[in-house]
Amino acid sequence: MSKPLEIPTMDMTSKEVMRRIEYTGDMLLNMGPQHPSTHGVINFLVQTDGEVMKRAIPEVGYLHRSLEKIGERCTYNGYMPYTDRVDYIAAMFANQGWAMAVEKIAGIQVPKYAEYCRVIACELNRISSHLISVGTMAMDVGAVTPFPYALREREFINDLLEELCGARLTYNYLRIGGVAFDLPSGYQEKVTTFLDHFEKILDEFNRLITYNEIFIRRLAHLAPIPQQMAIDYCLVGPNLRASGVNFDVRKQLPYSVYPGLQFDIPLGKGEQGTQGDAWDRFWCRVEEMRQSCRILRQCLAQIPKEHDIMGKVPRKIKVPEGTEGYSRIESARGDMQYYVVAGAGENAHRVKIRTGSFTAMGIIDALSRGLMIADLVALIASLDVVAPEIDR
Amino acid sequence: MTFEEIHQRLAAKFGDRVGPLAPANKDPWAPVQPAAILEVCRFLQEDPDLAFDCLMNLSSVDWPKKNQIEVVYHFWSYSKQHSFIAKCLLDRGRPEIASIESVWKSADWLEREQFDLMGVVFTGHPDLRRIMLPDDWVGNPLRKDYKEQAEWHNITTTRESPLDGFVRLDELVKKKASEKKEVLQ
Amino acid sequence: MSKHYAQDIGSVVSTKASFIDEIINLARKSSIFYLLFGLACCGIELMQTGGPRADIDRFGSVPRATPRQSDLMIVAGTLTYKMAERCRLLYEQMAEPKYVISMGSCASCGGLFQYAYSVCKGVDKLVPVDIYVPGCPPRPEALTEGLLRVQDKIIRERWFSERKMIGQKQPGLGIDYKVTA
Repeated sequence: MSKPLEIPTMDMTSKEVMRRIEYTGDMLLNMGPQHPSTHGVINFLVQTDGEVMKRAIPEVGYLHRSLEKIGERCTYNGYMPYTDRVDYIAAMFANQGWAMAVEKIAGIQVPKYAEYCRVIACELNRISSHLISVGTMAMDVGAVTPFPYALREREFINDLLEELCGARLTYNYLRIGGVAFDLPSGYQEKVTTFLDHFEKILDEFNRLITYNEIFIRRLAHLAPIPQQMAIDYCLVGPNLRASGVNFDVRKQLPYSVYPGLQFDIPLGKGEQGTQGDAWDRFWCRVEEMRQSCRILRQCLAQIPKEHDIMGKVPRKIKVPEGTEGYSRIESARGDMQYYVVAGAGENAHRVKIRTGSFTAMGIIDALSRGLMIADLVALIASLDVVAPEIDR
Repeated sequence: MTFEEIHQRLAAKFGDRVGPLAPANKDPWAPVQPAAILEVCRFLQEDPDLAFDCLMNLSSVDWPKKNQIEVVYHFWSYSKQHSFIAKCLLDRGRPEIASIESVWKSADWLEREQFDLMGVVFTGHPDLRRIMLPDDWVGNPLRKDYKEQAEWHNITTTRESPLDGFVRLDELVKKKASEKKEVLQ
Repeated sequence: MSKHYAQDIGSVVSTKASFIDEIINLARKSSIFYLLFGLACCGIELMQTGGPRADIDRFGSVPRATPRQSDLMIVAGTLTYKMAERCRLLYEQMAEPKYVISMGSCASCGGLFQYAYSVCKGVDKLVPVDIYVPGCPPRPEALTEGLLRVQDKIIRERWFSERKMIGQKQPGLGIDYKVTA
């Protein structure tokens, strides 16, 4: 061809890259949207010469289920099952964010017992979400065996949550003003038995995976995110804490019963590599599971005796048009925020859900230059992105 | 710093380009003129007492009755642990506003999403294209007057109900018996 | 009227195949490799079904990442229009004879997203589906039952005997799919 060869430079935008890429000898490969890792349907346009990538441009929207538009049609209580699907692995948190936002604009109080039920359900869900996250990260790095171990532990939690609310994955357990069902009889003993069993499994997991030499050599020094970059791109959750920023919504902006609970926040220290690398993000999640066990034990000890699961909620929740509410909760994947604008009638005028995975995808383009393709897989796994949170 | 103190700082610096704090409808917010949003954001980030180092959320709300589209910014400061809400009111026929991607990098994808779903154009954005919907989608779905198309790439968007033309078995038997009676008579 | 792929049930399901056919089909049904096409929430339950408790590996089914090596596509989760073309492409990349399980209500009919503008209301607008597994998400036991029904279909396929009598054109495929307009 008569046009001169233009090599795409690092600071070109993705639009210009896609236009110029055909003139070089590099390949433009599609990694996804169907791929064997479990992060869901996300696509990466990878410009590579075989192993080392020059750019990896994420493409999302393959699971865009228009949840925000549906929020404008449903009543406030009727939208709860849809919030399950915002993040189906940590569905209780999405439920709680929505319930808190609507309770804020409608001025509804939640009784103490219901708050404890919510926190117990949420922390169990945090453990199960982190189990999937660490299991799939080990699988993406190449070790396929830990994944069934994580799934086995998750089955125990699924049993506990199924006893509580009837569903294994998309729970729909919370309601505006409280929870749907009471804790069944004998539940405290079952949870305590599970916690005793699980803390031993965590130690075994650490011996097998976390401090495994191959694992450390794969993940240490991989894509370290400095603190300022993490804050600028608005990373949240374990991704942010691995970079050393001491921020957890449960500690700094406490809600529900968290002010009365004692737990630590694991921060990344660069123990095996640089601060903020992939190993730190992995380690933060494993330690958060341990802290969740601690929180659960305290909740079961502190739970009040009166079993009132719902506050005073009007039959039809109607709020003056234009009232806005903003709620922030610490989901398994970080700071999930709901922005609700009330509409005329019984439904919302606008629902905006801001999730941690959305902004984590935005940083992948900047981090992935010069990495190898196998490292890209480990990077995505360490950021713990799930497609429904990105696309909603 | 509370909302009122932050608002006083902004009003002192920008005068009437930052409006008065709206009545506390649970979370107070300040309207900002769209032409001044980039300067206001830079000031929010650089001022040492305000130090907003994170743009938490950027959303847009469609008000067809007022003929406006609101763009709502939620700011957060990790060092000072305070937040602020600013709103820009845009004309619904031509919603354009400056992009604040040069101030906070998280605005990159957040603005692309609002461009895709609501149709707000962010001038100065390095890479404004659709993110959630396919590239050849027509329309902005989050608008209140959005009409769904009948099909996309030859895939129809509706599904017939399996109960169309459904007749219950006992009614069917009765209908057949009455038809037979008519024929005999 | 929209386009749906419909099955010509005919008399195939009620008849038995001959002894040789059954031997061949026994080998085929005991090693169905499925394509990991987990799109959404049902994908997590698909993982759990392949996991330790409700293990479909005991039926010989292992997950494959690529369509070229799989004979069953389990569409698990919501199909959006953006993903629909890729779904059709993956189906066409699979080698014959191939089967499709539509897992969950989103894949069968659009599920609870009937008011969504970007969700394809059912995967059978694009690919012919053999088994629909209802649920939101279906329990691992339900998906295992779906897999066993696919095995029931496979065991009845005819390779050698009496194909012309029942109108089966190609060997192996027990059912001819036709497009109802």
